[in-house]
Amino acid sequence: MLSRVANSIYWMCRYIERAENIARFINVNLNLLLDTTEEGKHWKPLVMTTGDHEIFAQNDREYSQEAVIHFLTFDRNYPNSIARCLSAARENGRSIREIISSEMWEHLNHFYLDLTSKQSLTMALKDPHRFFKIIQLRSHLFTGLMESTMSHGEAWNFARIGMMMERADKTSRILDVKYFMLLPETTLVNAPIDQIQWMAVLKSASAFEMFRKKHHNITPHRVAEFLIFDSQFPRSIRHCINKAKEYLHRITGTPSGAAINLAEKRLGRIQADLEYTDIDEVIEMGMHEYLDSMQSRINDVGAAIGITFFNIKPIYPDVNNEQ
Amino acid sequence: MQTFQIYDPEDYYDELIDADGKPRPEAKLLIDKIDSLPHGDLALRQKEAEALLLKMGITFNVYGRDEGTEKIFPFDLIPRIVSSSDWQQIESGLKQRIHVLNLFIQDVYNDKKIFKDKVVPEDLVLSSKTYRKECEGFTPPRGIWCHVTGTDLVRDRDGRFYVLEDNLRCPSGVSYVLENRQVLKRTFPQVFQASRVRPVDEYPGKLFELLEFLAPDHVQSPTIGVLTPGMYNSAYFEHSFLSQQMGVELVQGHDLIVSDGFVHMLTTKGLQRVDVLYRRIDDDFIDPSVFRPDSVLGVKGLFEVYKAGHIAMANAPGTGIADDKVIYAYVPEIIRYYTGEDPILPNVPTYICRNDSDRSYVLDHLDKLVVKAANESGGYGMLIGPHATNEERAAFAEKIKAEPRNYMAQPTISLSRVPTIVGDRIEGRHVDLRPYILYGKDIYVQPGGLTRVALTKGSLVVNSSQGGGSKDTWVV
Repeated sequence: MLSRVANSIYWMCRYIERAENIARFINVNLNLLLDTTEEGKHWKPLVMTTGDHEIFAQNDREYSQEAVIHFLTFDRNYPNSIARCLSAARENGRSIREIISSEMWEHLNHFYLDLTSKQSLTMALKDPHRFFKIIQLRSHLFTGLMESTMSHGEAWNFARIGMMMERADKTSRILDVKYFMLLPETTLVNAPIDQIQWMAVLKSASAFEMFRKKHHNITPHRVAEFLIFDSQFPRSIRHCINKAKEYLHRITGTPSGAAINLAEKRLGRIQADLEYTDIDEVIEMGMHEYLDSMQSRINDVGAAIGITFFNIKPIYPDVNNEQ
Repeated sequence: MQTFQIYDPEDYYDELIDADGKPRPEAKLLIDKIDSLPHGDLALRQKEAEALLLKMGITFNVYGRDEGTEKIFPFDLIPRIVSSSDWQQIESGLKQRIHVLNLFIQDVYNDKKIFKDKVVPEDLVLSSKTYRKECEGFTPPRGIWCHVTGTDLVRDRDGRFYVLEDNLRCPSGVSYVLENRQVLKRTFPQVFQASRVRPVDEYPGKLFELLEFLAPDHVQSPTIGVLTPGMYNSAYFEHSFLSQQMGVELVQGHDLIVSDGFVHMLTTKGLQRVDVLYRRIDDDFIDPSVFRPDSVLGVKGLFEVYKAGHIAMANAPGTGIADDKVIYAYVPEIIRYYTGEDPILPNVPTYICRNDSDRSYVLDHLDKLVVKAANESGGYGMLIGPHATNEERAAFAEKIKAEPRNYMAQPTISLSRVPTIVGDRIEGRHVDLRPYILYGKDIYVQPGGLTRVALTKGSLVVNSSQGGGSKDTWVV
């Protein structure tokens, strides 16, 4: 298929996944606020999770619920706001609407038009729980439509890779920021912990229930292990990497044990590391150092996919903000 | 609601209502249906249809890209209905005309007999902006130049159809025909079925067959692409729609590269050869190494590959010569010259400004005429004399004197009208008709075509860039 088309479908899915993640983070935070008494403090960490707190701070904004929701959802000047993500997803979708199904295109178009309608802002501020739930559901609907109305050929596999790369990145970010904020010193690992805060971390990755089935008791150690290494949970880093690699090999036809191009090699290396590392080693190395390196390696895979398939010359150091 | 009781066709030919205010036979079912709708129902259906088009993303871009710049192409629910006897004449007239125009283009670039026989002045053709010297001595695959045409027809007060323009370069709008039909089927299902409207949906399949027919002989299953300028082009929706409906690639200039004498697409698995392009980019922009060097839309080296017979293009570069609005004036003579037949569809009478007597008539009667530049489209570069100010007419007179070759003039036609929804009323609005013609193994005329409507009261300009909309066209 055309390189440009592969590039567009990959980014279309990344942007939708990104929008869903932001909506979920906001929803989790809204729930968290109901369980805490301190006011005001709890919106700053959310912006920290995005890694874009400097952009937020530029306009002397306060970390109020209204300001943060507006920034993350509607701000046209903030490239990772939900509105901008959906706009980018839709523009990519529009450029390949002959490739995706009409159902996918119409849904994506409606998703965007509805978000940018006037009633949308009012609803986001008046009934935010419902509003952000709807955004998540619409993202799920899109994924479902893609699953059931589009042939699972090359384009579909690129779309899924985009989704997996975005998910792996977001899970590593949420864990990185939260781990650091909740446990600033490794010596405190066995000190009493704030259960509610750690439940929120899991919920941010939709992982709470599945974690409970496996571990019952919440400890930071187990939470980190689950979000990084669990092979079955669909938002763990390892699962995302395994899946991305599987889709990549379907595209190239390279046998699963082998790696021919740069993208396969880089992805294979991360996969092997996840396979042969355990959580104790990670803590010993330093959680932040580990996750930081994981994020840049995920970015490197994105860049390698661009070079290998999308005919993109390797000039962008930060693939994450590309397009 | 008895909407049509108060409808006044005035002093125009109305496509649905006769001079006595009665529905024409082919429109009776529809008019009765509309009259039986409860008050406000039609306006509601109109709103629903517009919402549907927006949801389907059938929009065109207004340049600059904030929200609110995307508009649906305005659409009116009340269809234009063409009787089968009118259609027979249109269809045979268009087939005759397209067949002849193709002979003309082939002759102009090769034997030049029509110049030697002094039917069309040679210098007129050679001085046309759309004449491509690069095509001299060339015969395109299967001898066909004008594969896709969208001829503009108008109906005057006398009820006759006339050819207003031949659009043989990149005529657009056929996707609206197909989408409008989808919407109308949902809106008036019973009337639609009972009227036995002829289907338009064969078009993408016919277009595909045509493109496949053009592929070089040795190619078994050709790779076909629609070449688009990209998603910010106002007709992008159509490019995307057609490639989706045909199941072929939609490519942009930078997706293509020439190497080893062939055109290839850049794919995720390397280069893949392309055999046929339905290009929706003007000649000027298709190849910067031959035509406009500043074009970023085209493909460097494409034309050479084309001339070597390693890729086919529809429409063939050079076809625009038959699109020149001054050469248009000669088409009736051209038809007689090549076939010995009279034209089935007449031209609108045309004054050619390069002829001295015509020019002085035009300059003396600017307030009664429509003046057009030879190679503009979209309603630009024209003067509608009766509606223009004295200053505008004076400015246009200067342009004509400066460049007589480039202008022609026609009497103002009282375009026919079709009842159109205006708020909660129905009023007559002027329309034209653009049927689409495909020239492949044989010539196919899509039954119906795009009815463009001037939504502004009294306006005669139907172009979408100038406040025009569209209607579904039913051939019954």
